[in-house]
Amino acid sequence: MEYEAVIGLEVHVQVKADSKIFARCGAGFGHGPNELADPVVLGLPGALPVMNKKALDGIIKAGLALGCTIPDVSKWDRKNYFYPDSPNNYQITQYDQPICDGGEVEIELPGASRNIMGEHRKVKLTRIHLENDVGKLTHFSSDSLVDYNRAGTSLMEIVSEPDMHSGEEAFAFLTSIRQIMVYCGISDCDMEKGQMRADANISVRPKGQKALGERIELKNLNSITGVKNGIEYEIRRQTSELKKGRTITQATWRWDAELGVTEEMRKKENAHDYRYFPDPDLMPVRVDDEWRNRLRAEIPELPYEKQRRYFEEFDLPYTITSVIVPDRELAEYFEEAANLAPKKAQAIGNLVVNDLLREVSEVGIALSESKIRPPHILSLVEVVEKGTITKNIAKEVFVEMFKSGETAEEVIERKGLKPDFDDSQVKTWCEEAIAENPKPVESFKAGNDKALNSLKGQVMKKSRGKANPQLVDGIIRDLLA
Amino acid sequence: MSDKPKIDIDYISNLARVALSEEEKAAYSKDLSSILGYVEKLNELDTDGIEPMAHPYPVYNVWREDKVESKMSPEKAMENAPASRQNMVIVPKVVE
Amino acid sequence: MSDTLYYKSASELAALLEKKEISAVELIQSIINRTKAVDERVGAFNSFDEVDAIAQAGASDARRSDGQSLGPLDGIPIGIKDVLAVTGQPLTCSSKMLEKFVSPYDATCIEKLKASGAVLWGRLNMDEFAMGSSTENSATKVCSNPWNLDHVPGGSSGGSAAAVAAGEAIVSLGSDTGGSIRQPASHCGVVGLKPTYGRVSRYGLAAFASSLDQVGPMGRSVTDVAMVLQAISGHDDRDSTSFKSEVADYVKALSDNAGKKWTLGLPKEYFDTASDAASMEPVLKAIEFYKSIGCEVKEVSLPHTEYAVATYYIVATAEASSNLARYDGVRYTHRAENYDDHIDLYFQSRAEGFGSEVKRRIMLGTYVLSSGYYDAYYLKAQKVRTLIRNDFMKAYEEVDALIAPTSPQPAFKKGEKTSDPLSMYLSDIYTISANLAGIPAMSIPCGFSADGLPIGLQILGKPFMEEELLSVGHAFEQAHDFTNQHPKL
Repeated sequence: MEYEAVIGLEVHVQVKADSKIFARCGAGFGHGPNELADPVVLGLPGALPVMNKKALDGIIKAGLALGCTIPDVSKWDRKNYFYPDSPNNYQITQYDQPICDGGEVEIELPGASRNIMGEHRKVKLTRIHLENDVGKLTHFSSDSLVDYNRAGTSLMEIVSEPDMHSGEEAFAFLTSIRQIMVYCGISDCDMEKGQMRADANISVRPKGQKALGERIELKNLNSITGVKNGIEYEIRRQTSELKKGRTITQATWRWDAELGVTEEMRKKENAHDYRYFPDPDLMPVRVDDEWRNRLRAEIPELPYEKQRRYFEEFDLPYTITSVIVPDRELAEYFEEAANLAPKKAQAIGNLVVNDLLREVSEVGIALSESKIRPPHILSLVEVVEKGTITKNIAKEVFVEMFKSGETAEEVIERKGLKPDFDDSQVKTWCEEAIAENPKPVESFKAGNDKALNSLKGQVMKKSRGKANPQLVDGIIRDLLA
Repeated sequence: MSDKPKIDIDYISNLARVALSEEEKAAYSKDLSSILGYVEKLNELDTDGIEPMAHPYPVYNVWREDKVESKMSPEKAMENAPASRQNMVIVPKVVE
Repeated sequence: MSDTLYYKSASELAALLEKKEISAVELIQSIINRTKAVDERVGAFNSFDEVDAIAQAGASDARRSDGQSLGPLDGIPIGIKDVLAVTGQPLTCSSKMLEKFVSPYDATCIEKLKASGAVLWGRLNMDEFAMGSSTENSATKVCSNPWNLDHVPGGSSGGSAAAVAAGEAIVSLGSDTGGSIRQPASHCGVVGLKPTYGRVSRYGLAAFASSLDQVGPMGRSVTDVAMVLQAISGHDDRDSTSFKSEVADYVKALSDNAGKKWTLGLPKEYFDTASDAASMEPVLKAIEFYKSIGCEVKEVSLPHTEYAVATYYIVATAEASSNLARYDGVRYTHRAENYDDHIDLYFQSRAEGFGSEVKRRIMLGTYVLSSGYYDAYYLKAQKVRTLIRNDFMKAYEEVDALIAPTSPQPAFKKGEKTSDPLSMYLSDIYTISANLAGIPAMSIPCGFSADGLPIGLQILGKPFMEEELLSVGHAFEQAHDFTNQHPKL
């Protein structure tokens, strides 16, 4: 029998903000233990929550970017459970009136090879709601320590429908969410800093069966690759259990990335009784069109829209878009140059993807710190196209430009890279090369076009690499014609 | 709801994380069922279509701007802690 | 002179301080001496910090001699219920759970009092976490009614009422979730006001039931209560439920409204019930008084009154079960010595830290919110709450304020009701509705029972119209002499 997996994801994304969701103290990563605490964060007697407007802006923007409906009214509820990382022993969350309803996420599946774009599809969302994050426990041999720095950080929970069927889809889903959140400036989604976390609900059923199989909740998926590997492992495990005629019982499992296996954490006893009720300390949220429109206007062109436009407008190949598009800053950089000369977009794209990214990563600086600005890139493309310098020399020029911030012309001038001979000199070198290399000449005449390369190489050598290869090619062909 | 509600006192004490002695369990079961019996009164009222009152004076969008306006030193934060180390609260080892 | 200062009113003392006839240090010393003399019997204070209070008074005197007085409350000693956060002071809520807790921050009303120059004086006894009507649920100590030490002072702000009645504070702050200011005020023969929900910030008030709790003043006269209300009222951006509404000049309103002929309503449901006939007598006399000064008095109906207690005990305990979850043995509370693991730490710490009434209410609140019961209990109660509020709003279309008893009987004897929680809950019957509706209400002394226990008159007002409420009470107070009657201690 054939089986298919059904996967739903719950993705927690921290909303970027200076202060916490309900407290006025700072929010952030990398501080000393309990440096980001105050009476509200610690849940001291008498402390009260007040919501952070920026967290609301963040989630509404996220909802609009993901095609959610933003209902007019949403409210806050308390989810009651005891845990040492939860100062109030209730989490302020949204039970039945979340800020975002529905929505969908466009994902891109891997293609047949890295150079080929895979299929696009849309994964349906159930909802997105806002809640406060909890603190962090560190475990030692005989006790655990609690740090409340993370407690109270604004946290969105993006809940998908059970609408994915493979680890790859889940991977693509998370990738897409991360790109969109970063594009919109809502979150940095750094999984290592806990800014994005995912739990998966996975079930397997015989192909063709309508009803979902028994569901396993998989936790501890701490990286996007972990999500893919964990889910794939869990699908294989469940499928093999079913094939052996065993049944799956609802439970919570965890992914052990080191061992590469999933293991049972706890049986699903009676469903948790969270005793949700409206939080009497907080007032409801009302969203009007003015607010929706203001945030909608702040949403940039999203990555896959951008990719489609680059295909159409600039005729870029997937090998370039797939590198440029996921990084909003890089895309904007590229576009600034490409807009100056749309017909040269491919050449610009190549320089950006190859030379620029190489230098930036070798030197270890941010793109914004690079001295080469988009007009510089165009200047280099132009001198190469005009044949002023060769592509090989262009590479050298680029490195110089990157160091000094000069234009291509300035570097060429300063370093004397411009050819110091005229075309008749090139012709002389070509004649010499033909005279000195009878073998390739013969071979070429016999119909071996590649033999020309050796002749061209000789000429380039004579010119110390400065001759225009197209010109050399033309002259040799003429002479041998 | 016309019968006296059955109180599973162990379930409630577990949810509330309060250990109860056998005497307390008996006493609270009795008290709760007497109070809940009294509360049955509310069922005399037809409340269909009545808005539940979550706040006496509900207003919307009571928020603050995203500014850092409070700070407490970690030492201060731990001042009342029954047990702490390295400015963190010590709890018995949490195993999942 | 300082021997008798402790029974003077805040307004009188303000004048004496202003004229520099007395100093704030002299005044607090008088209060300290009085407290030391009587509090072993009264038990109004969980603790007090003499040195700190004298230092505050000294600072007040220094301001005044520099011509920098902060206003009429500058130098006036005010007792604080041990449920409000004051930086560096214990905040115990009369619970073993918070026995050792020292607040690292100020409640907003405390910040405001500090800004008015008032001298914060002591931590006043109360029912544990404000749950109770007699202060018998205090884990700290027994609190007695200054008028008869065998009787309870009422609760939960029993210490706040008793301290004012016994001259251990000039005025005090209490908190009122279901009558916790008005009922002890009534039992101790003082004035106590529960403001409109949202009038006074709850920031720094250890929560019992968030949608019902309000901080309010207690004092020996309506004017004193108005002065304190003035200082603590106003919008606070640290409390999302704090209301943006103009704060009137309450003391000025008392004279502005003098002689006004109010239309007063008598909610018939508050007079039908089985109130003790003798304690109704002063209330009925008070009604006659209002008629005699030309007020129109008419019967009104609050038809859902009989459902108030049931509604209250669902809403209040549900919220409390969640609010008190933070007292867990982890971050700042009592932690049990013996436990098996991190989960058992909760069970044992909470079993040891909470008293029996608190546990009872946590159990009830947990039950009504538990799976399958939410709609039947909590949601139902929230709907009935709407009906109860609507009753009031309808009555206020016809009348300016309502007049009623505060409590069905005078202060009962200690131990009389502790065995029957439901009968204790039912004694809150007249005060609970104001919390459910969120309206302001006040209790003022209006007489004594045959055995000399004070009886209170309750005045319930329109939302955010505390100035009217106070003026109605003031009219009665001016024509009677309860302000200067004190218990013999």
